[in-house]
Amino acid sequence: MSANQLFRQPLKVINTGIVTFKEDLHRLGVDVVQVNWKPPVDMDASVLQWLKENRGKIDKANREALDIILGGKPFLVGMGKALDTIPGMKQNLILHSGPPVTWDRMCGPTRGAILGALLYEGLAGSIGEAEALASSGEIVYAPCHEHASVGPMAGVISASMPVFIVKNEAHGNYAYCTMNEGLGKVLRYGAYGTEVIGKLRWMERVLYPVLKAGVEKLGGIDLKNIIAQALHMGDEVHNRNRAATSLLYRILAPAVVDAAESSAAAIDVLDFINGNDHFFLNLSMPAAKCCLDSARDIPYSSIVVVMARNGTDFGVQLAGTGGLWFTGEAPVPDALFFPGYSMADANRDIGDSSITETVGLGGFAIAAAPAIVQFVGGKAADAVQYTMDMYEITAGENNVYQIPYLNFRGTPTGIDVRKVIEKSITPFIDTGVAHREPGIGQVGAGVLSAPVEPFKKALKGLKTVCEKDPKK
Amino acid sequence: MTTQGIIKQGVYYDSVTLMTVTQRINALEGIVDSSVVMGTRENKAILESAGLFVSDFADASDTDLLISVQAENSTFAQNAMARLEMILKDISSSEGSHRRDTARSIHDAVERLEGSNLSLISIAGRYAVAEVRKALDLGLHVMLFSDNVPIEDEKRLKEEARDRGLLLMGPDCGTAIINGVPLAFANAVQRGNIGIVAASGTGLQEVSCIISNRGAGISQALGTGGRDVKKEIGGIMFIEAMKALFEDERTQCIVLISKPPDDEVLSLIAKEISRTDKPVVAMFIGANSEKVGQAGALPAHSLSEAALLAVQLSLGKPVEDVRAMLKSIHDEVGSLAKKLSPGVKGRYVRGLFSGGTLCHEAQLILKEHIGHVYSNVPLDPDYLLSASGEGSFHSLIDMGDDAFTAGRPHPMIDFSQRCKRIQEEAKNPETVIVLFDLVLGYGAHVSPLDEILPAVTAARRHSPDLLFICSVTGTDDDPQNRQAVTESLRESGVIVMMSNYSAALLTGHIIKNITS
Repeated sequence: MSANQLFRQPLKVINTGIVTFKEDLHRLGVDVVQVNWKPPVDMDASVLQWLKENRGKIDKANREALDIILGGKPFLVGMGKALDTIPGMKQNLILHSGPPVTWDRMCGPTRGAILGALLYEGLAGSIGEAEALASSGEIVYAPCHEHASVGPMAGVISASMPVFIVKNEAHGNYAYCTMNEGLGKVLRYGAYGTEVIGKLRWMERVLYPVLKAGVEKLGGIDLKNIIAQALHMGDEVHNRNRAATSLLYRILAPAVVDAAESSAAAIDVLDFINGNDHFFLNLSMPAAKCCLDSARDIPYSSIVVVMARNGTDFGVQLAGTGGLWFTGEAPVPDALFFPGYSMADANRDIGDSSITETVGLGGFAIAAAPAIVQFVGGKAADAVQYTMDMYEITAGENNVYQIPYLNFRGTPTGIDVRKVIEKSITPFIDTGVAHREPGIGQVGAGVLSAPVEPFKKALKGLKTVCEKDPKK
Repeated sequence: MTTQGIIKQGVYYDSVTLMTVTQRINALEGIVDSSVVMGTRENKAILESAGLFVSDFADASDTDLLISVQAENSTFAQNAMARLEMILKDISSSEGSHRRDTARSIHDAVERLEGSNLSLISIAGRYAVAEVRKALDLGLHVMLFSDNVPIEDEKRLKEEARDRGLLLMGPDCGTAIINGVPLAFANAVQRGNIGIVAASGTGLQEVSCIISNRGAGISQALGTGGRDVKKEIGGIMFIEAMKALFEDERTQCIVLISKPPDDEVLSLIAKEISRTDKPVVAMFIGANSEKVGQAGALPAHSLSEAALLAVQLSLGKPVEDVRAMLKSIHDEVGSLAKKLSPGVKGRYVRGLFSGGTLCHEAQLILKEHIGHVYSNVPLDPDYLLSASGEGSFHSLIDMGDDAFTAGRPHPMIDFSQRCKRIQEEAKNPETVIVLFDLVLGYGAHVSPLDEILPAVTAARRHSPDLLFICSVTGTDDDPQNRQAVTESLRESGVIVMMSNYSAALLTGHIIKNITS
């Protein structure tokens, strides 16, 4: 548009910077939009220069990664015991959420969940014994993510726990996750009392065999389809799973009745699922995980394939940086607390559930979930803005997951770490809040913006990895 | 006394907003000084020199907000901190991200505003280059208010803009009027058939206001930033803007305003002038006017003359009449000077300007009458004022110069430095005249009289014989209303002239009368 064309049009201004300029124009009746500009994150000039030089390669790699992520076809195909199912699982191995962390640096809830798991496995007879064993070196710890698994909150998986088996039919890879225990005093929030262990045993004894048989009878459940529908019904499948759980229930009910040995067992199982609005979370997570895992090992890709927290550190992995973790201190979430609890009780952010945000759900899709906007300031417009912000840092839009309010626009999908740094906008994550002491459990729920540190390191790491093997 | 500081991570406010916040905090009881700035290296240095630095700030980065309060005791400091939190929260909720007319990025903004065609950018210079490039990529014309943009970047961006047929006004372009809309620091002028191209912000303001106040109007007023006419840039945008106005049907005559361009650039401009049938008035403050004269332009020797010539052309009246008009201004000023000269004490004029071009024009006029005067931006380097800017002999100071604005708003917004200086000069027995400008319009202080009148009144109480001579650049449609401002100034004993030209002229006449 030449200057002379401009002279013939109504002036429409985009103002970046001094706000009074916008206000003056607004008062004069001129159409004007303010850009809420923030300075970019401080970055080494050498990294920025490298990004510039390799822009084409990175863009191409990211398109490839995004296509793979969007093309994922997650199906619930079966269930099994962790030991028999999860690759590399061992009797003395305990998986936890987030990046690697040693016992001495583990947060209260993770320690609590591990103590509970040792009791549940019968490896310890008392809390005292469990504590001694946990720190003895006989027990090995590893991130779920390094074993194709995900776990909400503490994310603890031990050998005899039953897990869902989710398969990405488009790529043939699998992801695993335990069954959701419900709310209140539960292992994933670091509680380990008798009732907690009792419930886990019931799940293994009653729930698991019936569900396993039911899933086998159904021959696989299309999770992507359920998630897509649930988004139209007010879920973002992280902090709200009510619609998805209901949809799953409708699919499962006849198979459960068919598979249960008695009607009492069928009622038990169906009541448990019906009574736990978050039952589907432990399926939305592995569904996300198997789609993202298939986009690993794409040289030069700056797309995030893992965001996960262990209650101490916040870790990130990229499609282009193999198994490397980039970490920073996990923040304490800005939360709504249950009566009697406050920010002072809250543990640092924890859980693999941010895998949902990584695939374009959860906080990224919060505009689809007006029922939970209390978490983000109370107004539906706030939720919409958070989703809009996430379009700024993603490589594309989802082809299946949509937001009705935004005229069925696809959810922002595929976090590009370059954009996170350039725009100084970090991913927005829904989350539950655990008590910082072991043994207590959930104290609230809320939201947070991811810390910038892991993303800064990830971008530097991408440069290092690519330069090590320039042939790729 | 206590100094307390806190760091807030991940929040950002523009500098003008933060300065208004600081002013509100400084007004609180028991507060000695305060500062709310982003944690850039420059800002840290400013905090350090102001005694507002606390050790925690050392590790803060560009993206952190540094809040520092100096108070008589810690209760006052804590109260101020609490108040500050509330103010910042208020700003976030009214100006924050959750509004329809607020976007997170320029791409987001373009989606929100269909048909957007101009990007006005005023973020810190080192970030501005990337934003300009994005705007150009999106096909937007750009007004770049920011300064401190490397000259190589300016050149590259301007070449890019030219190749795409886009305007890139700036960097350091403070003023423009597009399609009748005043942008950044500009005045509410009548629309009309006079187009302006200016490498000088206050020059553009002064000329457009005189034109409007004389009953003519502006079609388009395009700024280029002061460096455009230097050798390094080669007048890229000056030439492009001229071409655009030559083609523009609404524009019937054109005024060019700049400090003396580079010789080669001047030749290019002259060549361009010779290509149009539209009358062109050229005011290249202090430059040799021969070249442009030969190319067919009417050379003007002051901003006022340029405006008067343009008005005559605009209204289809003979330009020859301008000579008579100027003569009558001279006569009026001369007789006013005669009336004012007896009884004054002191010897020297002290000029305190907010407009750089106005300071420059005043130096030129004074030079004709009383010879060179000292300045921080002198016509001749021999007359450079000492670093401290202490008044010596006759001196005119551009208070918008970087030395005065580092870490502070422009003197058109923040009068504190000028008011302080007025008091100091008034106490100096050698001062006979305090000459100053008052630039009104959008962007400028909304009620400048609240700032300047108390200073003038106090100074006059101390030195009743001192003369205050002022010009007001503005129109009656400006938010401050020129007439109301003029009347109040006169009531307070200030001699208000109708232009910077006549204010400087009056000063020259009086000084001449005293010395002879």
